[in-house]
Amino acid sequence: MVMKSEKDTSEKRFKNIILVSGLSVIILLIAIFLTLLIASIPAIKTFGLGFFISKHWDPSLEKFGALPFLYGTLITSFLALIISIPFSIAISIFLGEYFKDGLLSTFLRSSTEVLAGIPSVIYGLWGLFLLMPITRYIQTLLGTTPYGVGIFTASLILSIMIIPFSASIGREVVSLIPADLKEAAYSLGATRFEVIKNVIIPYARSGIIAGILLAFGRAIGETMAVTMLIGNSNFLPKSIFSPANTMASVIANEFAESTGIAASSLVYIGLVLFLVTTLVNIAGTYVIKKISLEASKEVT
Amino acid sequence: MDTAQDIENDKIIPFPSPVMIQEDKTIDNKTHLKLRIIKDRLFKYIVIVFSLLSFLPLLLILFHITKNGISVINWSFLTELPKPIGEIGGGIYNSIIGSLMLILLSSIISIPLGISAGIYLAEANKGRLSNIINLCIVVLQGTPSIVIGIITYLWVVAPLGGFSALSGGIALSIMMLPVIIKSTEETLKLIPYHLKEASLALGVPYYKTILKVILPTGISGIMTGILLSVARITGETAPLLFTAFGNQFLNYNIFKPIDSLPYRIFYYAMSPYPEWHGFAWGASFILVVIVLAFNLIARGVSAKWKVQF
Repeated sequence: MVMKSEKDTSEKRFKNIILVSGLSVIILLIAIFLTLLIASIPAIKTFGLGFFISKHWDPSLEKFGALPFLYGTLITSFLALIISIPFSIAISIFLGEYFKDGLLSTFLRSSTEVLAGIPSVIYGLWGLFLLMPITRYIQTLLGTTPYGVGIFTASLILSIMIIPFSASIGREVVSLIPADLKEAAYSLGATRFEVIKNVIIPYARSGIIAGILLAFGRAIGETMAVTMLIGNSNFLPKSIFSPANTMASVIANEFAESTGIAASSLVYIGLVLFLVTTLVNIAGTYVIKKISLEASKEVT
Repeated sequence: MDTAQDIENDKIIPFPSPVMIQEDKTIDNKTHLKLRIIKDRLFKYIVIVFSLLSFLPLLLILFHITKNGISVINWSFLTELPKPIGEIGGGIYNSIIGSLMLILLSSIISIPLGISAGIYLAEANKGRLSNIINLCIVVLQGTPSIVIGIITYLWVVAPLGGFSALSGGIALSIMMLPVIIKSTEETLKLIPYHLKEASLALGVPYYKTILKVILPTGISGIMTGILLSVARITGETAPLLFTAFGNQFLNYNIFKPIDSLPYRIFYYAMSPYPEWHGFAWGASFILVVIVLAFNLIARGVSAKWKVQF
């Protein structure tokens, strides 16, 4: 009997341990949310929702408005998306349709994996010494002040960083398309381009959009490379070449040195960043899950 | 010309269009076909060109890191501490040690927790709870690293009263956790059910079955996940900015600020001195080599230790 009870307790202990570790993920996430909320209460109380309309960020006057950063984040992310979309769709089709396997495909696929694995601070360093002179040259051609750093440079580096994400999701979605659909189109005499245009793209559209959405979520939260290249100016940017700040980069720059209401305002920005990326990620994952469920249903 | 007039007036083209029917079929078909083939070819070339163009940045980045990095790296670069600007020489020994310590700290925290949470997800019934946990993992994985930096600052740095290696390790472990949980869950789910049944049929208790049969069988997948997550956090800078901070000196105390390779790269890159820029490239080269090595080992592990069923 002693043996049995001993076994039972270790059994129970094991089950409890794994249950608690499973639950700890939920607790961790709730704790993150609550901590951000509580720490930003002073800022929420003082500025309310007007925080996101006010364009003055002045620590010396203790006046804080997040509009420049909201604006900077949205513009850099959208610009990066627009630049990256043709490339990521091209890679998706290239790897999912034209070259499904073979040397070229393995090569391109592993190189996008390497690209995804390079730390963001190295992208920043590279951008600082290669993209910045290029932007500066463009700016002198255009006759504007040649800062070199700014929204344009940051968007360029962001687009390079997010291509692997949307491309790998796009590739999976494109290769999930049932062969009989494509074969039916081919048998009607369609060329490959027509199959891609009329079968693959419509069928894979929601998956490609989900991939772009997830890439967008990543672009919003990307910190280091953007911090190094955006120029860190707390004013509303005037053109796509002017220096600015994103939500993530202003936190990176100022959080370590701020106290009181300034720190609280930065946490407030962090809270918004957290909520937005959470929404984007849940939406993107939901769409992808639905697609793979549908695909598995069609096979069986 | 009647029909053309009609079309002009009505603005509605009936299908099949009368224009198409009237025209000479053979010529039209041929040119049409040719046009379609040309379009097809053109599209293919565009796809190939765009795909290869997106490969260009990688090539350039690796080229620049190697070109600018190799020339800086020598023995003293790897084994000496940073020297103040103006003095020749100096290295990044403290950053390498710091990065290793941070990896060790975050692994100690996240690996046991991650694996046992992964076991829970793989073993638990498909219920509402495991769905919620899965959702939390997705959200946690997508949480910007800078937000995790803020969180760890509020949780660890502020109560302890200063930047510390420990807080850096905690921040990085939060980033490792989702990757480890997911890979553990997915690996364990692939293990055939009859292995577990055979063990249970021999009278082995459930927890021993999991620990001694299921986990060792899935060790390759779990190791791959751990290595990939380590590769991911080795290059993370943002969560370290207000946790581990940075340190000019060698430090083994986990309650003191500690240096790390990505932080050093950031610090040197933003400095105005060309020598330090060179150091940034050298440190980048070492960081990229470490990250790629982790990725390669992860692949090797998953290929070599894979248990075939």
